[in-house]
Amino acid sequence: MMEVTFVEIEEFRSTMIHLHRKGMDFLREMIGMDWNEEGLGAIYILENSDTHECTEIAVRTTDRENPELPSVSDLWMVAEFYEREVFDFYGIRFTGHHDLRRLFLRKDWVGHPLRKDYDTSEEINPIRMESEPVEEFSREYDIKDDKELAEKVEKLKILHYDQYTVNIGPQHPATHGVLHFHLSLEGEEVRKVDIHCGYIHRGIEKLCESRTYPQTLAFTDRLDYLSAHQNRHALCMCIENAMGLEVTERVQYIRTIMDELQRIDSHLLMYSCMAMDMGAITGFIYGFREREKILDIMEEVTGGRLIQNYNVIGGVQADITPGFAQKVKEYCNDQKKRIREYYDVFVNNVIFTNRAKGVGVLTRNDAISFGATGGTGRASGWACDVRKRHPYAMYGKVDFKEIIHTGGDSYDRLLVRLEEIMQSIHIIEQLIDNIPEGDFRTKTKPIIKLPEGRFTASVEGSRGEFGVFIESRGDKTPYRMKFRPTGLPLIAAAHKIMKGCKIADLITIGASLDYVIPDIDR
Amino acid sequence: MTDFNTIIEAIDSSLNSMMPHSAAVLVECILAAVCAIGAYLVFAIIMIYMERKVCAAFQCRVGPDRVGKWGILQVFSDVFKMLIKEIIDIKNSDRILYNLAPFLVVMSSLITFSCLPFARGLQVLDFNIGIFFIMAASSFGILGILLAGWSSNNKFSMIGAIRSGGQMISYELSMGLSILTLVVLSGSMQISELVEDQTRGWFIFRGHIPAVIAFIMYIISGNAETNRAPFDLPEAESELTAGFHTEYSGMGFGLFYVAEFMNMFIIAGIASTIFLGGWAPFYISGLDGFNEAMCWIPGIVWFLGKTFFVIWLLMWIRWTFPRLRIDQVLVLEWKYMVPIGLLNLLIMTICVVMGWTF
Repeated sequence: MMEVTFVEIEEFRSTMIHLHRKGMDFLREMIGMDWNEEGLGAIYILENSDTHECTEIAVRTTDRENPELPSVSDLWMVAEFYEREVFDFYGIRFTGHHDLRRLFLRKDWVGHPLRKDYDTSEEINPIRMESEPVEEFSREYDIKDDKELAEKVEKLKILHYDQYTVNIGPQHPATHGVLHFHLSLEGEEVRKVDIHCGYIHRGIEKLCESRTYPQTLAFTDRLDYLSAHQNRHALCMCIENAMGLEVTERVQYIRTIMDELQRIDSHLLMYSCMAMDMGAITGFIYGFREREKILDIMEEVTGGRLIQNYNVIGGVQADITPGFAQKVKEYCNDQKKRIREYYDVFVNNVIFTNRAKGVGVLTRNDAISFGATGGTGRASGWACDVRKRHPYAMYGKVDFKEIIHTGGDSYDRLLVRLEEIMQSIHIIEQLIDNIPEGDFRTKTKPIIKLPEGRFTASVEGSRGEFGVFIESRGDKTPYRMKFRPTGLPLIAAAHKIMKGCKIADLITIGASLDYVIPDIDR
Repeated sequence: MTDFNTIIEAIDSSLNSMMPHSAAVLVECILAAVCAIGAYLVFAIIMIYMERKVCAAFQCRVGPDRVGKWGILQVFSDVFKMLIKEIIDIKNSDRILYNLAPFLVVMSSLITFSCLPFARGLQVLDFNIGIFFIMAASSFGILGILLAGWSSNNKFSMIGAIRSGGQMISYELSMGLSILTLVVLSGSMQISELVEDQTRGWFIFRGHIPAVIAFIMYIISGNAETNRAPFDLPEAESELTAGFHTEYSGMGFGLFYVAEFMNMFIIAGIASTIFLGGWAPFYISGLDGFNEAMCWIPGIVWFLGKTFFVIWLLMWIRWTFPRLRIDQVLVLEWKYMVPIGLLNLLIMTICVVMGWTF
């Protein structure tokens, strides 16, 4: 249960500035909300990056026609993107935000879909057959003296027509999905970057509001498909905590092992794709050779290779197979030897080190301000691992090291991932022989209803903190369900560190940040 | 060792006895062209198959094994696929240049190909400044690539073409320097004489240290000239999708593809001609019995053996290294390769003047 402090609009800005000064430098989550007659607003979850102490602040406005809230994008850099998302889905205008465009939906979209009074009829938003017009201007809203909203329209600097602009994406081999970088080039050098998201936005959060809790589980595997287990783990954990359901120790063991296997799988893919993006296709194949073995193990246990649907409320879908422990141990022993080959063929190669060292440096302060958790944050020297910060499942009881590098460049981001593979193997080895007997699934009622309130849970996904927020009104469907994307903060950070690099560096940075698009476009 | 000069002279005299001299020259030209194009295609097929198998071996894979025994018909089915593909017309492209570009690339590699001495006398073009001719002919392939990028009306192609222009013109310099080093050693620019000279020891052994440096420089710049990894920036598939040939489909792309492979063959062929003795057998002065035994192996086997060895080296590099960045490519050339090349030329000249070569 989460306790939220509501703040008046007039005091909101000063409260936030005060909290920021007090060391609440990490904006974990920003959740747009529609409380019907109580108004529109947002919940901010803040954390102190040193003491890991959290505060939840909420603010709301009753004006449904022209809702406006003060922007905090100058305090936390990631808020720039979060506020654009809230503007897109709720139509709340953030005064002081200097580039308030829609983040996911098309410019010509009518209405704001996550509002409760949104009209879903097809006449309003038909399937448009023409291409999306590229926005030339960005908007900024300011409050005039007489409380009237003034609209400032500024020319977006990326689209000066005398510049050489290039579109990397939405169909491009190095964006690993449908992301769109709009670049302005000077020779090989990138002058300005504008990132367009939303090409595969499926409105999962909206869909969840009309699904029962067990039905919402299916969406989590389709967010960041490379941390399917962790995502589902977070949602199950959140619902179980809200219900007051205890899962057996066996389930905790199985979930932890599967999470770590998934993490190795994802990090191997990150290494492989980075190798391929840099033109070292042999390195890519080496990584995939081992990843295939994990997928085989997962297929045997869960029946799926990418979309696994394994965790359920109260436990897991099916018990582990008899040969599971043996196979995992064989795999771990093999992986420990093979990881040497990655260093030999790719990581220690002089061409690669020259291309990756010092490229795309993200400082620690920027990483925190952008909320860039996961390997990216840890490469910048920020100890942001949820497994250490707020231990869950078995993580409090196993011994493992949080890998931290201080360079903050692309090279360190890769090293963090490779060393984390070894730590994950270490965790698995501690657990695999001691899986206790017990039920693999606690029986639940056929219809699950959560008590009224707000609930959160977060886990360490493969590429950062993955959080779930549920606001329940006591029904069998959530009133609001929000997933903290692991990729959106990375994209926000990419926006900044990509400026001034070469085209080839842009690809390196993109590969090292290791974002997954379905996670950004929920 | 067979001397193809006698066979060619026999054909020449028999043709002359059958028809007037001008007609005989015409027939000979056609025959030579047909042979050269035939050999060009055969080698291209062998190399595409070899690339796939070598790459598969490096990557713990099997490679093509479905079409024909061991997949040997794979290349033919690929060509068939390319032939039946639609040739796409690009809006606002420069139609003439767009269609001309792949032919320029192939032409340049075909002309260079005909300078290679496959065996004693088995060479289409051979005259006193053969080395210069090879360098000149191989360098106008850049034109084709630049035109392809320019005429496609595509920004990725354009960036690829600009990169390729900068890269290939730069690396021509160190390539020329490394070849010149060997010209200093041999004292001749005629290809047949160069090889004939090496029947008493390959240049890479006779020129010792400067020759080995020149060989390494030649392999690096040769790799850059053929636009292959780690120097495949003009096409850099993860950055520019396919670089200068993004907009080509069907055989337009096929010609670029074949030309890339044949350029690699040519680079390897020239390397084996000027460094590894071309068709000249392995020779150790003093061991007469051994040398005689080596002479029993036909020259064409020697030449192809050495060429494919160098090709294998190039493939090894291709499938091991990541891609460089454009500024690193240029720094490598202008800050390291050119000064080393000039210095190496000087060392070789001193060696030759002082008689420190074998």
